[in-house]
Amino acid sequence: MLFTTGSFVLFASLTLLLYFTVPSRLQWWVLLGASLVFYALSGAEYLVFILYTATLTYVISRLLQKKADAEDSYVDAHREEMDKAQRKAYRADGKKKRFRLLVLGLILGLGMLAVLKYTAFVLGVASDIAVSFGGEGLAIPSLLLPLGISFYTFQSMGYLIDVYRKKARAETHYGKLLLFVSFFPQLLQGPISRFDSLHEQLITPHRFDGSSFRAGFLRVMWGYFKKLLMADTAMIGIKLLIESPEQYRGIYVFLLILLYSAQIYGDFTGGIDITIGLSEMMGIKLTENFNRPFSSKSTKEYWNRWHITMGAWFTDYVFYPLSVCRPMQRFSSFSVKRMGRAIGLRLPVYLATVVTWFLTGLWHGAGWNFIVWGLLNCLVILVSRELEPLYRVFHKRFPRLGSSGVWGAWCAVRTFLLMGLIRSLDCYRDVPTTFSQWASMVTVPNIGELFSGGLISFGLSFFDYGVILASAVTVFFVSRAGKDVPLRHRIADKPVLWCALVALLFSVVLIFGAYGIGYDASQFIYSQF
Amino acid sequence: MKKKIILCVGILLLTALLLGLFQAVLMPKYMTDFREGALIGEYYGAAGGNDVLFVGDCEVYESFTPPTLWEEYGITSYVRGSAQQLIWQSYYLLEEMLETETPRVVVFNVYAMKYGEPQDEAANRKTLDGMRWSLSKLSAIQASKTEEESFLSYVFPILRFHSRWNQLSGEDFQYLFKKETVSHNGYMMQTAIDPKPEAPIQAPSLGDYTLPSVSFEYLDKMHALCKEKGAELILVKAPTNTRGYYWYDEWDAQIVDYAEENGLDYYNFIPLCEEIGIDWNTDTYDRGYHLNVYGAEKLTSYFGKLLSEAYGVPDRRGEADTARLWDEKVTAYQKEKNGET
Repeated sequence: MLFTTGSFVLFASLTLLLYFTVPSRLQWWVLLGASLVFYALSGAEYLVFILYTATLTYVISRLLQKKADAEDSYVDAHREEMDKAQRKAYRADGKKKRFRLLVLGLILGLGMLAVLKYTAFVLGVASDIAVSFGGEGLAIPSLLLPLGISFYTFQSMGYLIDVYRKKARAETHYGKLLLFVSFFPQLLQGPISRFDSLHEQLITPHRFDGSSFRAGFLRVMWGYFKKLLMADTAMIGIKLLIESPEQYRGIYVFLLILLYSAQIYGDFTGGIDITIGLSEMMGIKLTENFNRPFSSKSTKEYWNRWHITMGAWFTDYVFYPLSVCRPMQRFSSFSVKRMGRAIGLRLPVYLATVVTWFLTGLWHGAGWNFIVWGLLNCLVILVSRELEPLYRVFHKRFPRLGSSGVWGAWCAVRTFLLMGLIRSLDCYRDVPTTFSQWASMVTVPNIGELFSGGLISFGLSFFDYGVILASAVTVFFVSRAGKDVPLRHRIADKPVLWCALVALLFSVVLIFGAYGIGYDASQFIYSQF
Repeated sequence: MKKKIILCVGILLLTALLLGLFQAVLMPKYMTDFREGALIGEYYGAAGGNDVLFVGDCEVYESFTPPTLWEEYGITSYVRGSAQQLIWQSYYLLEEMLETETPRVVVFNVYAMKYGEPQDEAANRKTLDGMRWSLSKLSAIQASKTEEESFLSYVFPILRFHSRWNQLSGEDFQYLFKKETVSHNGYMMQTAIDPKPEAPIQAPSLGDYTLPSVSFEYLDKMHALCKEKGAELILVKAPTNTRGYYWYDEWDAQIVDYAEENGLDYYNFIPLCEEIGIDWNTDTYDRGYHLNVYGAEKLTSYFGKLLSEAYGVPDRRGEADTARLWDEKVTAYQKEKNGET
């Protein structure tokens, strides 16, 4: 069920009504019921997969907790008899056992994701290799890919790791854990929440709070504004540009980069606005997933502001463990010995960064486009890190320029374009086509075509450009004005202004939104990951 | 607090009002292009009291001219047809009309019997948007909407037509509150002549010629409704006959059988063209797909005689009020035919 359908609006309204009318102790049951119905409506067969993940997570987390509790009880009971070294050895032994259990959970949890999402890709690659060596191609099965599987699997596996690390206590009620895994507003496209920040909120009763409700509702409307005006209008042109890459080269690739930036921003942040807004209406505060990403002045900063929860997940559960694991420490010692401190200390960090970005790319999709996308991001980050001394020299030499607004704006534009360029790997059918299109920006001098009808040759009219531009400018100023305190919180306490803004947003979305017959309503991009 | 609530309610009401107004602006007016889209709504502006009601698709609104029926036989009639009007739409339109009218005869053109499923969204809108809200309209929407359509978009047409904001023209404002009449009691006049090609028709083979069962179900309902309201149902097939609009003998046989089984009269005018006097060199405006006004007058004249003699539809030319009204209609009709409007 897409957020942009009438049935979702009806579904969400009924859920809200029910949530605030049932006795407070039953509220979380309403959420659980609604979440399962929501998921079943997206495809009843998908329920099996989410129930598998939830059940696996429940069983493994309970076992982990049981072992950890037994460990603690034993140590407490025998504190007098054991010295520090014995206690340490006992705990290390217990941790090892729990680790094995965790690995089993991760294999079974991530294994399902891997099988469903990557089997076709792996077999495809194997088939290509076989064919290139004169063998026969392999039959590639078409497997069901449940909606939002990457999100709920990562959220569940993060929870398992937290229980293993004793950062969270395992939930004993299966239904409550199932709700954490399946909470419907964030089920399809995140944010990827942590157990400690979400679970308690889901099961705690919430009284109706007018201010929170109004703020949430305004954010939902804002999400629809971004999705239906900016993203889906841009989508009209993007489709044709990527369907006929041979026809649209040179300056059109640049246009695609701009349009796709608007589209993915409106689509993903708009979807998250609806998710967070709807949760806020129920008094549940979800973790923010974006923080004005297009104002970032470097790639590193960009990834701290874009899809924050995914970045944090990979940092906490992949990058850090990988950086400090025993094999990596051995590699670090080895490389320091062989290549000296300067390079030797860097290599393990770089290796962990490459692996993390490779996996990040793979998480986004089973295809070379996504892998290359991840690795290119990694390359830019590593190169930027290597160039840092040079930047420092530059800033020292030109202190006024370095701290000026012009320099900041240039850095933001540079980062925006660079990220946009790499992001266009999402669009074209394969990596060679993408690289060829990139090269055409330099080799095909066709900028003049834009002024002789080219601008409106791929489905977008001047009116559509007007809508995209006007919505982008509005988004820019609104996000700038709300960078310290979100505007909606200031407005929520002024009912008349709130009412006027809701009416305005509703009217603008109703009239200028790209929805209904004549528009091919596009799915939220991130719900496909 | 009370003041704030009043202000909020005021804002919401004003928004609803403005959106309502904007919705009216955005809805297609069908005054210059696709004029057939205005036909269904025009019925409400015309006086009732018709003795003959025609229902069906484009073949009725291009083939039967109420002013001719009046001029020659004193018969009052209305044509309730629209482009690709499906049988269930004809049924619900008839149901709606029979709430207020008591005709002697109802004429249904059978071409739409070949459709067993909703077809075209644009045609649906032209038929259904013009209907006034009633149970009949609700049922017609439910029966007609294609997979891509939503019921809500009929309740709030702005959901369908919002994208017209960048195509608005003077027409949308000129006809915002009052539209012009595009038909003559539902008949849409075409005066152009574009002869039917000499080449023989090569109708494609269909494999299965069975007319959809749902069409017969609605025909049953139409028959029952007419019986209940004391009207006689006549089935006709207008003499449009060319590639793409072919009326197969196999289809015709099924209608003949149905008519016989149900005691209905059925007139297929295709084989009667010569008797009626239709000349395909002068009587069609679109190469044989539909009749122009000259062909329609010949057909109406022929059929009017039947209505008058075989079905006893009364001549009302002696009724002063009715005559005054219809004379005005005939004058407007003649003016358009002579190119004076």
